[in-house]
Amino acid sequence: MDLTMNITRNETEHLVSLSGDVDAFTGPKAKEAIMTSVETPGVAVVVVDLSQVEYMDSTGIGIFIGVMKACKQVGCDFVVQNLPSRVERLFRITGLYDLVSIRKGESE
Amino acid sequence: MVQKRSEADVISLQLPSLPEYLGVARLTVSGVANRLGFTYDEIEDIKLAVGEACSNAVKHAYRLEEEPGLISLSFSIYPDRLVIVVTDEGKGLDREPSADQLAPLYAGRDLDEVEEGGLGLYLIHALMDEVDIRTGDGVSVSMTKYVQRDGVAGDDRTISEEEV
Repeated sequence: MDLTMNITRNETEHLVSLSGDVDAFTGPKAKEAIMTSVETPGVAVVVVDLSQVEYMDSTGIGIFIGVMKACKQVGCDFVVQNLPSRVERLFRITGLYDLVSIRKGESE
Repeated sequence: MVQKRSEADVISLQLPSLPEYLGVARLTVSGVANRLGFTYDEIEDIKLAVGEACSNAVKHAYRLEEEPGLISLSFSIYPDRLVIVVTDEGKGLDREPSADQLAPLYAGRDLDEVEEGGLGLYLIHALMDEVDIRTGDGVSVSMTKYVQRDGVAGDDRTISEEEV
């Protein structure tokens, strides 16, 4: 019921991997971690990997919309990848699926 | 002795209205829904709807500086359906949910026009078969999910037009 994050950084790209549950309790720290990457000078792409997400609700959708707005401001790209089927369903029902950039991994 | 029961079996749960207990509400509903024989995806849908209802209660029902209130959940188990009611003791809704709150995000819409919140009620309606929201002193969200057997809905079920 908790959320852990692993961040891989290189000069121009940050990869934030989320693992566990994204809800109103864990959401703020996920948003903070992603925003820190977005605001890091020189970072052109922020990728969020969702393969290990076990639960996500509209808190997650709100975070991604906020992050997409911040990226637009600073001019970096925001991409999500490896959506589990439950997360994809959430993205499709809410309509985020058509608004966010989704990177197709090798496994897809 | 086997008794024929028309009443539902009812399970109740009360939680402090704090975000750290949202996971407990989800775990509980997951266990109850599993009891009724829902599929994995149906259980996950129910979990998400209940998570949204509880999350709304935590976020909107109480002011942070006050003592955390309580969220009450009841799970009524009928032979053909599960009825979950999430009730808070907060200040209630000022008005009926607006159309915006019951709509998905739209592609092609400018990102600046998209709000960060407000999708919870839309999701609850999209995921459950019947939804009834009452507001007064606090908000009560009643959500029903029917058990599908052999791909056919329960006998006395009326198909809702709102169904997604």
